[in-house]
Amino acid sequence: MSALSDLLRLDIASARKGLADKQFTARELTEAYLAAADDARALNGFITETPDQALADADAADARLLAGNATAMTGMPIAQKDLFCTEGIRTTAASKILGDFTPPYESTVSGKLKADGAVLLGKANLDEFAMGSANITSAFGPVTNPWTPEGAAAPLTPGGSSGGSAALVAAGAAIAATGTDTGGSIRQPAALCGVVGLKPTYGRCSRWGVVAFASSLDQPGPITRSVRDAAIMLGSMAGHDPKDSTSASAAPVDFEAALAGGVKSMRVGVPREYRADGMPAEIDALWQEGIEMAKAAGAEIVDVSLPMTKMALPAYYIVALAEASSNLARYDGVRYCAREDGNDLTEMYSNTRGTGFGEEVRRRILIGTYVLSAGYYDAYYKQAQKVRTLIANDFNAAFNDVDVLLTPTTPSAAFAAGDVDDPVAMYMNDIFTVPASMAGLPGMSVPAGLSAEGLPLGLQIIGKPFDEASVLQMGQAIEDAAGFDKTPRLLAGAKS
Amino acid sequence: MSLDRDTVADIARLARINVADGELDSLAGELSQILNWVEQLNSVDTKGVEPLVGVGTAMAPLRQDVVNDGGQADAVVSNAPDAVGPYFGVPKVIE
Repeated sequence: MSALSDLLRLDIASARKGLADKQFTARELTEAYLAAADDARALNGFITETPDQALADADAADARLLAGNATAMTGMPIAQKDLFCTEGIRTTAASKILGDFTPPYESTVSGKLKADGAVLLGKANLDEFAMGSANITSAFGPVTNPWTPEGAAAPLTPGGSSGGSAALVAAGAAIAATGTDTGGSIRQPAALCGVVGLKPTYGRCSRWGVVAFASSLDQPGPITRSVRDAAIMLGSMAGHDPKDSTSASAAPVDFEAALAGGVKSMRVGVPREYRADGMPAEIDALWQEGIEMAKAAGAEIVDVSLPMTKMALPAYYIVALAEASSNLARYDGVRYCAREDGNDLTEMYSNTRGTGFGEEVRRRILIGTYVLSAGYYDAYYKQAQKVRTLIANDFNAAFNDVDVLLTPTTPSAAFAAGDVDDPVAMYMNDIFTVPASMAGLPGMSVPAGLSAEGLPLGLQIIGKPFDEASVLQMGQAIEDAAGFDKTPRLLAGAKS
Repeated sequence: MSLDRDTVADIARLARINVADGELDSLAGELSQILNWVEQLNSVDTKGVEPLVGVGTAMAPLRQDVVNDGGQADAVVSNAPDAVGPYFGVPKVIE
């Protein structure tokens, strides 16, 4: 292995040490990523690459390292999901309807990473408006999973919606990436790509400047190569923001320091309803292994019940799609780039939105519009919100007795786009991640093993509100015990 | 609940999304499938349950009612397809 590929395999924690010990400079680290960018281009992980910005950021990081005021993120070459507005850099949400929208402002979260000295490699591909579980709805083409097995009939999807972010981190094309999670969009692609994905508590990270999908559910978080990296990166991203009235004023936490807490005598709940609907044997086996790992690390396993589990997914699709139909009303051909002319204002709106939105987004807006329309509001939307209360109550009751919950992240390993042929079947991918989203809880996926076909599988740890610390501690225990060190077939820099 | 093509056309009009005539039937099928699936929620007894509007902060935070931003008309219209000075241009709405 050459020096170049060595640099590309480091996680944030090791790269931080290398920079501090002057083993290499931020410029060298960034140049290694830029030199290997070609290798990963077939994944279509980036919508926009920003190599000039990256080099400028790297030089600024080196100056900062020299001056002695570096942070843990200084010099780290990352990708930003193209849902975060970046000042002066095109932001697409993977939709045609935004055209060449170039934000005159920076989202709070991307701005915090920038202020901490992170290096921007580019804007990562995603499902259009973060709506999807396979990264096949992007107007800029699908993303390929770097784990696609040799001889497979078709490439596998990386999951979604943060599919570009997860694929890039897994393939050695970015040291870490931001994602956003509405119903599983960080955790599910992280699981299918064999990396760590952390959805923080709703309100932990500011949503300001993040293109909105469902405002009561959306939450930014990190996708990384290790649990420690997730703790480090979340530390940079989190914090109260006066510009987002739903961002929490919770006191800042040193998430990385919290890792030292360990899991001895931690009470780990195993929700029995997650097993209900014909769980595939290999997912069940992985779950059992995870339970044994937690036990071996000194945790106590507790059987818990979340009776509303089965209702979380349909309730989610009403709440999320209702909010989406409202949020996406702003794409009207007036304020953002794309416009299709019409004979009058209404026709211009309809033409712009008719050609600008992709099929899945259109489907979701129409459902959202329907469930909010006169005569149906109470039957659909209000009922879904009441079920949401019951889901949250389930979790509250469980957390009276346990510190974290342990579940599989996904019902299967990565799949090919053609394997899932109708919308409802695709929605089932989020069956294990959506309940925590509905309750606003933190959840993290940690790679824990391989499927029979040699594809990565993840375990999910769910925590109490604002207790990311316990989630990270249990995640660290799983990571240590699983010792997941497999790499995908497509790996940037592998040939050099 | 099964939607027919007229209902889909009506929803599309409400959402201001132009849908081609030829797509109405297939869209009606797809949307009906999703609605039939979410209807299992009706089996849940929610009598006396308050709807959950959002998680987290129980009360929206208040701030002083003062101007704290502004004077950025150029930035605001910088991405508009038809900016006329500091204004958004739209097709004529008065006959």
